[in-house]
Amino acid sequence: MEKRVFDGSINYIQIMDENGNVDENLRPKELTDGIILQMYKYMSLTRALDAKMLSLQRQGRAATYGPSLGEEAAQVGSAMAMGPKDFFVPNFRQHGTYITRGMPLDALILYWKGYEEGIMPARKINAIPYIVPVSTQLLHAVGLAYSQLYQNTGASVITFVGDGGTSEGNFYESMNFAGILKAPVAIIIENNQWAISEPRSRQTVAPTLAQKAIAAGIPGVQVDGNDVLAVYKVVRDALTNAKNGPTLIECITYRMSMHTTADDPTKYRPDADVEKWKPRDPILRVGNYLRKKALWDDSKQSAMEEEHRQTIDAAVEKAEQFKKDPKSMFENIYATMPAMLKEEEDAAVSAQFWMQKNDGE
Amino acid sequence: MMANMVTAINNALDLILQEDDKAIILGEDVGKDGGVFRVTDGLFDKYGDRRVMDTPLSESGIIGTSIGMALGGMHPIPEVQFAGFMYLAFDQLVNHANRYRSRTRGTWNVPMVVRTPISGGVRTLEHHSESPEALYSHAGGLTVVIPSNPYDAKGLLIAASHMNDTVLFLEPTKLYRLFKQDVPEGIYEVPIGKAGIVSEGEDLSIITYGTMVPVVKNAVSKRKVSADIIDVRTINPIDEKTILDSAKKTGKVIIVHEAPLSFGVGAEISARIAEKAMFELDSPIIRVGSPSLPYPFPQYEDYYVPNEGKVIAAIDKILSE
Repeated sequence: MEKRVFDGSINYIQIMDENGNVDENLRPKELTDGIILQMYKYMSLTRALDAKMLSLQRQGRAATYGPSLGEEAAQVGSAMAMGPKDFFVPNFRQHGTYITRGMPLDALILYWKGYEEGIMPARKINAIPYIVPVSTQLLHAVGLAYSQLYQNTGASVITFVGDGGTSEGNFYESMNFAGILKAPVAIIIENNQWAISEPRSRQTVAPTLAQKAIAAGIPGVQVDGNDVLAVYKVVRDALTNAKNGPTLIECITYRMSMHTTADDPTKYRPDADVEKWKPRDPILRVGNYLRKKALWDDSKQSAMEEEHRQTIDAAVEKAEQFKKDPKSMFENIYATMPAMLKEEEDAAVSAQFWMQKNDGE
Repeated sequence: MMANMVTAINNALDLILQEDDKAIILGEDVGKDGGVFRVTDGLFDKYGDRRVMDTPLSESGIIGTSIGMALGGMHPIPEVQFAGFMYLAFDQLVNHANRYRSRTRGTWNVPMVVRTPISGGVRTLEHHSESPEALYSHAGGLTVVIPSNPYDAKGLLIAASHMNDTVLFLEPTKLYRLFKQDVPEGIYEVPIGKAGIVSEGEDLSIITYGTMVPVVKNAVSKRKVSADIIDVRTINPIDEKTILDSAKKTGKVIIVHEAPLSFGVGAEISARIAEKAMFELDSPIIRVGSPSLPYPFPQYEDYYVPNEGKVIAAIDKILSE
């Protein structure tokens, strides 16, 4: 005997196309033009901060930085779909999600200047710090989501991974665990087509990344990740359904810039590839929509850009006033500092960390 | 009650689950089966699958998910079936469990007790007999505990559950059922970060822990020497003071552990003594450990793990100097 025991398929969703035309049948009712305008402003602010961080890094005023250029819809749309109690577990690129959730800009800038202290306000907005080892954070999101189920808080969790991260074991383990635990979590693949120099085609021969959900037995969906309305809808649907368990969401987007400031994409990526994605820009299409609706024009655009410039400049100024305290490295390793560590700290502090030059004179 | 180490740990887990409704046990076969060493026996029946949870076979999943649970206000007590399999979760332990507190300057932390069996002597397959305590201690930020008797095992585990950080609780399988001891039935703590003094003496100091504590005791009683025997108990952070006090008192130090000799805990202890008590020693420190090679197959483990003979040889050597 032979019979088919399983069938699987993956849907793709787009609500607003590249020209700003909206499929009203798919548009969530609560996504008023006012909310879309808000999304536009958050995406624009994210892009403006991105440009500022690149400039600061080039001037030696910030550490290595991973830009989010081109990926704003995936980040902002997801954040807008969250409820007030929900949690957010990023990788290292979701600046737009932090901003939309209310992370103070000066804190984000401080973090990217190279201070962990910058991430401290994340707790207040139910966010976990940026996580660097790819896909390891997904398991934290699953456990965090389960803790909300266990404590019956009604909160859910969204988390992000890149296309490269889906090749890691932890990616599969997180979906599998989430399915078993019925964890209220949306695992969002920000598929920007590149993992440093490796294109999406080097990660897997699977035609979609969303279909990886099928192996874990959880729902999977693919969405136009440059369409903030569609991202909003699929994440909102996943969180509405979160009481029944996890969802995997693949946002199709494009990394318009470098992996991080430590990398030169012209070495491995033809400019023509990047050009193809320019008309699909997530901010451009929302701008076109708002202009068609007479909700936006050049003077409003200039006013917004000026406001963002001032906000960001003020945040940079505040971040640059931060007084460093190298002692803080020692102070938060354990709840109670052990004697052996205290001794090392005391030696370092009393010698002022050996920062004074000593020529033996 | 008279209890072996398995019963003592089982009793501690029962008390922890009773005391703290945010505490859960999770791992492979910890539920109905009660764990492959029966350490969680009966807890599934008493607390149900919400508190004592069988998980998929996924060590990184168990530890990574536990980190998330801890961030979310729970108090997970994950079990990894053998330390030899915990390397799959090494990333989660040394990149995350030990870093969340410093990464967030104390705003997020990971209160979790990771239990796993370590060390050899029970005739198992590959990867069931390792002593990896130095690897985890070197990472920084992880508290690493190894009990050597039922009383300490219960008290240290309860103390670990009261900490607000990740504790690796490494259980020597060889000692699980080796002997029974009188263990109080209620809650008590054996302090973490404090070495135990097994015996006090004048002629030499033997600093040891885990499976080697009974081996050292037997060696000392056979040689009828007057020895300080220090049971380190907490590998990281190490109780330097107790070790230095003893070294200064006797002037002769032997360090004995089952883990391989090179780059091990013994190197750390002897370096601290050399830095701070060198001129109070009257002979060189001797380290006794397993050879610096991976753990062998069962038919060779008796030739590999330090035994009484090896400890006695070290005692004879240091007393002849």
